[in-house]
Amino acid sequence: MTLMATERMKLFSTRSPWFCSVLAVGLVVGFASLLTLTSNDPAHVDLGLLLAGSQFGLMVVLVMGALAITTEYRFGTIRTTFQAMPGRTAVLGAKAGVVGLLALVLGEVAAFGAWGVGKVFGVEAGLSSSADWRAVAGLGVVFALSAVAAVAVGALIRQSAGAISILLVWSLLIEDLISLIPNVGDNIRDWMPFVSARRFLGNAGPDPVLGPWASLGYFAAITAVLFAIAAVVVNRRDA
Amino acid sequence: MIEASGLTKRYGKTLAVDNLSFTAQSGRVTGFLGPNGAGKSTTMRMVLGLDTPTAGDVRIDGKHYRDLKDPLRTVGALLDAKWVHPNRSARAHLAWLARSNRIPAKRVDEVLELVGLTGVAGKNAGGFSLGMSQRLGIAGALLGDPKVLLFDEPVNGLDPEGILWIRKFMHRLADEGRTVFVSSHLLSEMALTAQELVVIGRGKLIAQTSTEEFVAMATEASVRVRSPQLDQLRSALGRDGVSIRDEGDSLVVTGIDAAAIGDLAAAASIALHELSPQRGSLEEAFMQLTGDSVEYHTDIANDTAALLATGSVAR
Repeated sequence: MTLMATERMKLFSTRSPWFCSVLAVGLVVGFASLLTLTSNDPAHVDLGLLLAGSQFGLMVVLVMGALAITTEYRFGTIRTTFQAMPGRTAVLGAKAGVVGLLALVLGEVAAFGAWGVGKVFGVEAGLSSSADWRAVAGLGVVFALSAVAAVAVGALIRQSAGAISILLVWSLLIEDLISLIPNVGDNIRDWMPFVSARRFLGNAGPDPVLGPWASLGYFAAITAVLFAIAAVVVNRRDA
Repeated sequence: MIEASGLTKRYGKTLAVDNLSFTAQSGRVTGFLGPNGAGKSTTMRMVLGLDTPTAGDVRIDGKHYRDLKDPLRTVGALLDAKWVHPNRSARAHLAWLARSNRIPAKRVDEVLELVGLTGVAGKNAGGFSLGMSQRLGIAGALLGDPKVLLFDEPVNGLDPEGILWIRKFMHRLADEGRTVFVSSHLLSEMALTAQELVVIGRGKLIAQTSTEEFVAMATEASVRVRSPQLDQLRSALGRDGVSIRDEGDSLVVTGIDAAAIGDLAAAASIALHELSPQRGSLEEAFMQLTGDSVEYHTDIANDTAALLATGSVAR
């Protein structure tokens, strides 16, 4: 608890998490407003379209997660941190926990905010099925796991630019472009982590390789593996 | 107390710290002296468990740093004053440090007061001058009221007032019974600050002694003599146990004291223009001691030449 409280103080005593929070929620809710306001037939806008901005929110969450640790390396505060708290795995866990919790809250606020904005502007899509609930309430869970993965990548790379480039290029380009590989491309793409996360949120398509909850479990497992690698490396490396 | 035994750190092919053993006692300011790149900072990072030694170990009051519970309450350290987030206020920086080691929040204001930063506590640390950053770092080191304190080059880049402040501060901390371990490449500074010295060169221990002994051990008492009749004086002094060295228009004589030289000169009717006993400086002691370790002879001689230059500037 002490470690979590410490990491919370560190996170919120700088400007970037506030900035990222506003941006992440603003993008998701903003896109929902824009799409419903410009739609000729708001009543028939579906949840998928309403939450189209969540991809942008995810980018911001990835950046925030990576920055939470790379700035520590950039400014040398990681040494001050390990000097005050020599248990490195616990520190990394606390950091991932705090950033993950913030991302969870941001995801829920953004998704329900987008849904609420849609309601106000006359969207009729309700939260009737479990799939609808997954699409809206699930966003926070995906944000949280993504943030933890971003912390892990940040801890491994240690440089803001490098870590953010890898995260964004991977999630925006590589996962989708991989389907260009002849014959096996589409099969590989099905097992990409962020594709799996989107499948959980309801973007399954016909005949999915994993069900929604299995997809989430798969995404969580990849995040856990990344975190474990980061923990081992951070413990072995000189600070 | 800090005890290092056989401490070794290897980066690839370079041996940064080589089988280093020393102790720093409580109630004393122990200077950690060596030229730039001698391995001082690496050693300090190993003391704090930031870098893992390749071999050997270092203990603080018998424990490894990583095994300390709430380490800031046992060991305070300032390794680099720039290790703060530039957009975090001085108070916020100390607040999270305090929280991490269960130190009461009011202690933050106490240490800010102690180092004289109360007025700028709400300002972002990124805007601080080097002197202010240094003070903030010291505030962080003192936060847990620790028994052991480490400072890496604390006077680097400070103005004379700041240097004096730090020097007095070190003495006060040691007088309170704490272990103060402070590194420097400025020999003249260490002569004023440290009571004990751990001297290293190229990662190896050269000497661990008291500052006084260190100077006495390496510098023989000598006497400088100037005279218009140098040749006559030279032959008058020429006897067993006396060595004479020319230095410009004067002689530097060892093995005989100033009174005896005066008597001899008077007996031989030689006029003296100067007869002054010389006290060895730390720089000379350092040169002399390191000059003896043949393995590093040429390298250290060059290093010390550079040191002498910086040392005289600092004075």
